[in-house]
Amino acid sequence: MREELITSGRMNPGIDPVLHGWHWPIPFYLFVGGLAAGLLFFAAYKVLSGKEKDFPTAVMIGPFVALAAIVIGLIALIYDLHHPLYAWQLFTTIRIESPMSWGAWTLMIVSIVNALWIFTYLKNIFPNFNLKKNFLRKVVSFFIEEKQSDGKLNWDWKYKIIRDFESFSITNKKAIAWVMIILSIILGVYTGILLSAFNARPLWNSALLGPLFLTSGLSTGAAMLMILSKTHLEKITFSKIDVLLIIIELFFITHMFMGYLAGSQVKAEAAHYFMGGEFTVTFWINVIILGLIVPLILETMELLHVKTPVIIPGLLILWGGMMFRFIMVDAGQVIRYLY
Amino acid sequence: MAIDTKKCVGCSDCVVACQTENNIPHGYTRDWISETVEGMYPNLALEIRSERCNHCEDTPCVRTCPTGSSHVIEGGIVKVTHEECIGCGACIESCPYDARYFHPEGYVDKCTFCDHRVKNGQNPACVSVCPTHCMYFGDLDDANSEISKVIAKSKVKVLAPEAGTKPQIFYLV
Repeated sequence: MREELITSGRMNPGIDPVLHGWHWPIPFYLFVGGLAAGLLFFAAYKVLSGKEKDFPTAVMIGPFVALAAIVIGLIALIYDLHHPLYAWQLFTTIRIESPMSWGAWTLMIVSIVNALWIFTYLKNIFPNFNLKKNFLRKVVSFFIEEKQSDGKLNWDWKYKIIRDFESFSITNKKAIAWVMIILSIILGVYTGILLSAFNARPLWNSALLGPLFLTSGLSTGAAMLMILSKTHLEKITFSKIDVLLIIIELFFITHMFMGYLAGSQVKAEAAHYFMGGEFTVTFWINVIILGLIVPLILETMELLHVKTPVIIPGLLILWGGMMFRFIMVDAGQVIRYLY
Repeated sequence: MAIDTKKCVGCSDCVVACQTENNIPHGYTRDWISETVEGMYPNLALEIRSERCNHCEDTPCVRTCPTGSSHVIEGGIVKVTHEECIGCGACIESCPYDARYFHPEGYVDKCTFCDHRVKNGQNPACVSVCPTHCMYFGDLDDANSEISKVIAKSKVKVLAPEAGTKPQIFYLV
């Protein structure tokens, strides 16, 4: 029997009675960051494998959603800072040992490349310029001009420098795709490394968290593409990819818990929070059953030609991915070293 | 710093002294008292400790700080530059002792070992106010300092050594 008390009444907000310094913005960002990483990965992959024509949703629509996700995630991150006006301090230094510094720089570079990607495909996505006469049209008209429709396109850039830049980025599409695929992997892994770098939190301090978060991010990206895509080929391809990713994820999660249970006492205790402890029900129902097993069964059924609406496994995977991050961030802060 | 758990009575004078000396906002604290009770009645053992930032040698809080605001000054005291802190909380999450907190003004705050007093040759406020003289403060690198002698001749422990941070507060047991 051992009892531990803080008797001087320490009640620092955010720290006591259990650490809760990071609220919903962090896991929410980890989710949208992973989602963006997945979407960008598949967009770049499909260009690199030369299947651009067959996968218009992955190549053109995906990066749009990814950029929106990154912007929303960034707003959440800045909202979480306690000194938000000082956020620029992140970009005055590069700290190799700090995952958050890596993340800040990666996010900045990713969003630039992502915007460049969208710029490259803008004419394919919006071939018709037919905005009503309003403020938005005025802003847009500052950069582009209408022209006689040639059957495909009825607008062009107003300035030669933009046109030149556009043709430059279109000819170097593959190079951009290579940069993008590497950046998306760094972004996906970093969401896990951010947590695993804290050795003060036994649950987070597992090297498997990096690859696990990457897999989960790719899986949510594939699920999003599955929901958004309009052709059967795209739906069925991302369905297959998701089946594979879910199996890998289950494999990683099993190994993560095996690692905890075979680890030191604090790690074993961390695992018990999920096997009988306070996070058991939330974790197993939301993440394992609803987020992984049920979509796995539904998608396998679909691949065996049993008709299932694709939106159900898609949404369940997104839900599972989000809950996984919320539970990991919350539980990680509750589980600590005792002395 | 060394703290004698056999002499400490848990009066919380160090806590109040720190709050006064460093103008800690109401409801916050940089140091605190912990009691550990071990065993089964009637065979109980009680240990009382005054706890604060351990000013670790291997500092996860400095390592994870994305702006370089958390840093170690000459002599080994871990400090936060308020103007560089963005309040992201990475150092708070990385501390196994939960010794840091968000100051209401936005930056992260923690024990400074009263470096403004130490510079003038005084002891930190908590040490000088302790009514049982259970705390020792000094230079651990100097083998002739009082604290080095106290640690050398006593049985000492540190908190959560398994967290691997090499804490620099030694508890005499």
